[in-house]
Amino acid sequence: SYRISSDGEPAKFQPPPKPVIIDKQKQKGERRFLSPEFIPPRGRTDPLKFYIERKDMIQRRKVFNIPEFYVGHVLAVTTADPCANDKVNRFVGICIQRGGKGLGATFVLRNVIEDQGVEICYELYNPRIQAIEVLKLEKRLDDNLMYLRDALPEYSTFDVNMKPVSHLDHEEIPVNKLQVRMKPKPWSKRWERPKYNIKGIKFELPEKKMKAAQKWSQPWLEFDMLREYDTSKIEEKIWKEVSEELKK
Amino acid sequence: SITGACQAIQKLTRVRVVDNSALGNTPYHRPPKCIHVYNKTGVGKVGDKILLAIKGEKKKALIVGHKMPGPPMTPRFDSNNVVLIEDNGNPIGTRIKTPIPYILRQREGEFSKVLAIARNFV
Repeated sequence: SYRISSDGEPAKFQPPPKPVIIDKQKQKGERRFLSPEFIPPRGRTDPLKFYIERKDMIQRRKVFNIPEFYVGHVLAVTTADPCANDKVNRFVGICIQRGGKGLGATFVLRNVIEDQGVEICYELYNPRIQAIEVLKLEKRLDDNLMYLRDALPEYSTFDVNMKPVSHLDHEEIPVNKLQVRMKPKPWSKRWERPKYNIKGIKFELPEKKMKAAQKWSQPWLEFDMLREYDTSKIEEKIWKEVSEELKK
Repeated sequence: SITGACQAIQKLTRVRVVDNSALGNTPYHRPPKCIHVYNKTGVGKVGDKILLAIKGEKKKALIVGHKMPGPPMTPRFDSNNVVLIEDNGNPIGTRIKTPIPYILRQREGEFSKVLAIARNFV
């Protein structure tokens, strides 16, 4: 193509503008995730104890990779077991609870095998664990999925040979707004009561029962100042410490 | 009213028979109940022998899983599972479909025949 300028001479060649490459990974910024067992519980213990524990936890994490996971993820855990054939035991399940602080941190995996519900409580820092793979990344509406014990078994069944679902690093972890249907009452705990604050159940109870359950609500609890535990500053400090140590 | 499901197995707990024996699978108007636990404490855990009352008869059985949470890294089942057994340790059924914990493999000598008919392990 040629352009004739007003003087009648061909214009100087202008190269096309360079394409602008937007790297989404760098744009979104690194996602900060501090595993909840690093945050020390509220109390009067010497912070030195938690510092020493954190050093041991970081030491273990350098040797063995513990992936980032939340309640609601489907995990596959392989442990060393002297009684198993091949000495290796693989269990697939949905994480229903993460508890404990420090080196005793645990997570409970649940699955339904051959119509039998099985739950195993694994310790994160137990040296018998050989591999933790995240098969499905998905958060749920609650922190604690113990109500799956009283839900229909289809919500807790996961294929033992399921393939890991791919997930890009920079994307947010999707929240599954699934409302679970329950078996008929009686349940192991009265999940409709406000103290459990469960959002992930589709209550098919009559209105009268739901109203009667609200009688046990304690609306003053959220304003109780003695129960406040602000962890934002503690988290910042620990996050800096842990990420520096892990980079070394 | 029904008593809340017991966690570990003791006298008078209702129990679920998991193998494919005729005695365990034919319906009866009363569920199989434990009447004695062969243990110093009266509480039965995985691998303990108990006496069951099924269909008006007494039969020994082996506990293969209970609702009570045990040591970490061991499975916890949603029902109290039991396998019917003779006095000498021979299982009455021929197949066990439900998963059995690997811990029973430690006592291979006593439970070899039960482990031989088990299909899934957890």
